[in-house]
Amino acid sequence: MFENIGLSFQGIWNHKLRSLLTMLGIIIGIASIIAIVSTIKGTNEQIKQQLIGAGNNVVKVQLCQGGYQINLQYNSIPDGVGVLSEDTRAQLEELDGVLDVSLYRERTYVENVYRQNSAFNGTMRGIDSNYFDVNGYHLYLGRGFTQSDYENYSKVAILDQAAAESIFPGENPLGQILEIYQEPFTVVGVVAQRSTYEPQINSYEEYSLYVGSQSGAVYLPDTLWPIICQYDEPQTVDIQARSTDDMTSVGREAEEIINATLSVSDESDISYASTDVLEQAQQLQQLANATNQQLIWIASISLLVGGIGVMNIMLVTVTERTREIGLKKAIGARRSRILWQFLTEAAVLTSLGGVIGVLAGIGMAQVVSRVAGSPTAISVPATLIAVLFSMLIGVIFGLMPAVKAANLNPIDALRRE
Amino acid sequence: MVLELRDICKDYMRGKMVVPVLKNINLTVDEGEYIAIMGPSGSGKTTLMNLIGCLDQPTSGKRILQGVDLDGVNDNRMADIRNRQIGFVFQNADLLPGLSALDNVALPLVYRGMRKKARRAKAADMLARVGLADRMDFKPNQLSGGQCQRVAIARAMVGDPSLLLADEPTGALDTQSGQQVMELFHHLNADGATIIMITHAPEVACCAQKTYLIRDGKIQKGGVTV
Repeated sequence: MFENIGLSFQGIWNHKLRSLLTMLGIIIGIASIIAIVSTIKGTNEQIKQQLIGAGNNVVKVQLCQGGYQINLQYNSIPDGVGVLSEDTRAQLEELDGVLDVSLYRERTYVENVYRQNSAFNGTMRGIDSNYFDVNGYHLYLGRGFTQSDYENYSKVAILDQAAAESIFPGENPLGQILEIYQEPFTVVGVVAQRSTYEPQINSYEEYSLYVGSQSGAVYLPDTLWPIICQYDEPQTVDIQARSTDDMTSVGREAEEIINATLSVSDESDISYASTDVLEQAQQLQQLANATNQQLIWIASISLLVGGIGVMNIMLVTVTERTREIGLKKAIGARRSRILWQFLTEAAVLTSLGGVIGVLAGIGMAQVVSRVAGSPTAISVPATLIAVLFSMLIGVIFGLMPAVKAANLNPIDALRRE
Repeated sequence: MVLELRDICKDYMRGKMVVPVLKNINLTVDEGEYIAIMGPSGSGKTTLMNLIGCLDQPTSGKRILQGVDLDGVNDNRMADIRNRQIGFVFQNADLLPGLSALDNVALPLVYRGMRKKARRAKAADMLARVGLADRMDFKPNQLSGGQCQRVAIARAMVGDPSLLLADEPTGALDTQSGQQVMELFHHLNADGATIIMITHAPEVACCAQKTYLIRDGKIQKGGVTV
């Protein structure tokens, strides 16, 4: 067996150009598959990263009716829904895989925030002291909310960078006054996200996912919320999971805990639901995979063509070496030995093509990533499968020539000069 | 008795016509004999050799090699018989160009499943017997025609066959190399090898103890006049 492999390599080396041309189909096929697979994998990781954000692994759990968020700006508080207690917070914090929990109230597209006559239409949140940590914000200017801000109902506000730029373009926002629901608030700080990222937006759903963070947010201490909005307004919960893979399970368990606090009828269809970004990422990945799967099929055609090329050359080789086959049979080689010899040769040839193809594919993926800026990630199982598959091609397409060689009549074979 | 042929007939089909090539051949070869089979080209010499060498099946008749009836022996068994009982020497040495002289000689032993070390030792011994101890690692293209033919003879003899079959072994050699090859056959026979040589050259045939002549598919004894 090993001798056959050694002899095969020798044969390939003796016919360098011919072997290279024969392998070319396999090389191109395997290379394009590896390049596609690497690009898919890279894109998938990019989708996951971008959708999930700057690595904060935050799961948002919010009050929903029939699967849609209840907007408390326009709707009254449903019966049986109360404010989440500190008990619930403690329960959530004790869940496996939870790092930190923040409870807050939120208005998206807020209508009652003005600076003099110009309105701000971003997001307004009444937050607890955990919110900035959980969502990965750090203080950029001024100060954060202090214990006394919460206890004394201080009318202070913090802006994020986007809001600061849209409300106070080119000015220092610190110390400026904002009118929120007819109450004057003093801006005391500006926060910035620890790492910023540029999301790729391909659909309306993704757009609405990001639009809140794009137009900026104004933050108040949550103790002030009942003064300017309504009393007993239920909170939204942001839970920071330990890892991205924990997000789905943490979201499910948090839903259960929070829903246990509700006393609503089944018909109302009101419940807390987690926004599972991981799941969304997976759906997007599936979409990307489906398109690329088709590309792989197309690339496989070149493997088929390559396999036929191998079969053709192996048939030529068998004809060329008829005399050798005859001689081997005359000195006692069994049919099976001749069969194996040619099968091994074909398999070694295509495996070598597979290895070269994998290397070329990795190179191609790198070039694509440099030129198009799309990320790539080499998949180790894919490369192994590619090499094994190319070996299989050798066996399949080498079978017919090998059988032909094995069945040669020794007399006819010896008569050939 | 090494070989016995009884009423061997061989027909070929040419289109729809049956062409008899060998007609009722009877031949016995004893151990240690050195016989030559002569005949003009087209007389059926090579067909006879293929039948003796287990490369072909007769149309009718019996072949008995070392007491084994070769009738109805299957393909794999036939390959093993060729491997163990028969040593072939062809007109062209037919060495594998990629292998060294030593590996060419060891090839039949590979088919017996012999271990590498053992078969290389045996092949080296055999190469020494044909006088090529110093050429073991040479590739066929580095050897002269006569040397190649001696390597081929070593390959045929390496498995201690009961019968050495040679088909025009000097046909492609110059006189001097041919002489050396003939001497080698003589020595091998003196050491006990049973040899059947097929040739059309009377000066080659006269080295044998017995000569047969094939003409029109029939075999007859004698017929050598130098």
